[in-house]
Amino acid sequence: MSTLTYAVRDSATMLRRQLRHMLRYPSMTLQLVGMPIVFLLLFVYVFGGTLGAGLGGPSGGRAEYLEYVTPGILLMTVATACTGTAISVAMDMTEGIIARFRTMAIARASVLTGHVVGSLIQTMLSIAVVIGVALLIGFRPTAGLVEWAAATGVLALISLALTWLSVALGMVTKSVESASNLPTPLVFLPFLGSGFVPTDSMPVGLRWFAEYQPFTPVIETVRGLLLGTPIGNSAVIAIAWCAGITVVGYLWAKKLYNRDPVR
Amino acid sequence: MTTAPSQPAIAASGLCKSFGDQVVLDGIDLDVPEGTVFALLGPNGAGKTTTVQILSTLIGADGGEVRVAGHDVARDPDSVRAAIGVTGQFSAVDNLLTGEENLILMADLRHLGRREGRRRAAELLERFDLVEAAKTLAATYSGGMRRRLDLAMGLVGDPRIVFLDEPTTGLDPRSRRTMWQIIRDLVAGGVTIFLTTQYLEEADELADRIALLDHGRLVAEGTADELKRRIPGGHISLRFADADGLESAARILGEVSRDDEALTLQVPSDGGVKSLRALLDRLDDASIDVDGLSIHTPDLDDVFLTLTGQPDKEKEPAR
Repeated sequence: MSTLTYAVRDSATMLRRQLRHMLRYPSMTLQLVGMPIVFLLLFVYVFGGTLGAGLGGPSGGRAEYLEYVTPGILLMTVATACTGTAISVAMDMTEGIIARFRTMAIARASVLTGHVVGSLIQTMLSIAVVIGVALLIGFRPTAGLVEWAAATGVLALISLALTWLSVALGMVTKSVESASNLPTPLVFLPFLGSGFVPTDSMPVGLRWFAEYQPFTPVIETVRGLLLGTPIGNSAVIAIAWCAGITVVGYLWAKKLYNRDPVR
Repeated sequence: MTTAPSQPAIAASGLCKSFGDQVVLDGIDLDVPEGTVFALLGPNGAGKTTTVQILSTLIGADGGEVRVAGHDVARDPDSVRAAIGVTGQFSAVDNLLTGEENLILMADLRHLGRREGRRRAAELLERFDLVEAAKTLAATYSGGMRRRLDLAMGLVGDPRIVFLDEPTTGLDPRSRRTMWQIIRDLVAGGVTIFLTTQYLEEADELADRIALLDHGRLVAEGTADELKRRIPGGHISLRFADADGLESAARILGEVSRDDEALTLQVPSDGGVKSLRALLDRLDDASIDVDGLSIHTPDLDDVFLTLTGQPDKEKEPAR
């Protein structure tokens, strides 16, 4: 068998290990999907009436805000799941089993790809649950099958990018505690973008940041696909960001994994 | 494999490693023939684990040449990895998997195929007395069980060279004996064992050759008997009921160290039955009663204090 075949086979083995871990330790998965749902309910039912009125749309109010905020919540779901990825990578690196893997003739990156694919599956499931809740409380996207598929694709791309970044974050720290803190800013990025309110309602400096940070084009693209709002060049920018973050995260993670373990 | 029968399983020359300013290994030479047991003996922090980590390709060396199973560890680590099994000091099992799943994970990573992997896992569970615990999570295992599972995982791919880093540290005496028996069985199967330990007794029980590591240098190497002969730490300690007994015994025994307060004499001895009998006969002939007796055989303390030339001598002659 070729090197590539072995790499795929080893990664599949590691993915099976990862999925077993998730089944054995479900509280983490529940917590990761619970947080964005809490934020969704909080923003729609507590702040939604007022914020919706400020959007200046035809109907105004809570129902309109639910449409507006759901794409932002979806990005928050991705970011929250990344916290889980960083924690699980950091925990794994403290285990002796990783040292054992390093002394075996297996595809070097398979430990990491196992984590990434496992997390990706977990994130996409979380997104499905969050969309389900949003639909239950009245989210009514205008998207057809193609738009849904495209939106799923964009969400998968940003998940892949942030997951690789989180794998690196999980390895760069010395302790599991700091690994859980490092990706936290990602969870707040949707707030400092177009996730919760339109960026043109923000003061100048903040608006500048909000318009140029990576989450905004992704949110705008998902929003456009699901609700028919204008996308403009957001899609291209979003895909470029995703590709860039993926490459940086992948190379960084690989470099961190290949350095000698220190004890 | 290109390995000729005469080729050593492990060969290292001038092996060096530092972590920052701290020199951990300072020019180590090793030569372990195939099918033998080699024990690296040393206290905590001597560099034992670092040596195993370099030989098992976990970390890189700063200098020196290392060949394991005929392959250079720096240039061809994957060929080395395919030939070795490693059991670390800190158990390398996946706590969230069952014992059986851990073994099957190893079989999958060794590309054994599904059926062969299951067969091998079942066989190892049987051999290491883990059949009953096969379906429970490794997190719930006792220390001895974890160590057995750990070793079993290292053996899934039928390695020709097995590294055991302090395989019995922290185990109770019974588990330790079980582990020793497992290691002997491996050797009987022709496997080369590279073992690190803090216990002289363990090296004595298992190893063909022993090397003493101290502060990153090999301070002695040889068979257990060769090393023991170099250690004058063995003696018989005699305790007397009163000062008179001590005085008369000291007179006939001549050059011995004595402790007047504790009423004891320390007679140098190899600890053998013959020399003990001879000593007691001499005391009997002089009608001296011995109140108590203990035999002190060389232990790791003696080995180190002697062979590393550390200052233990200071207090002895003064008494």
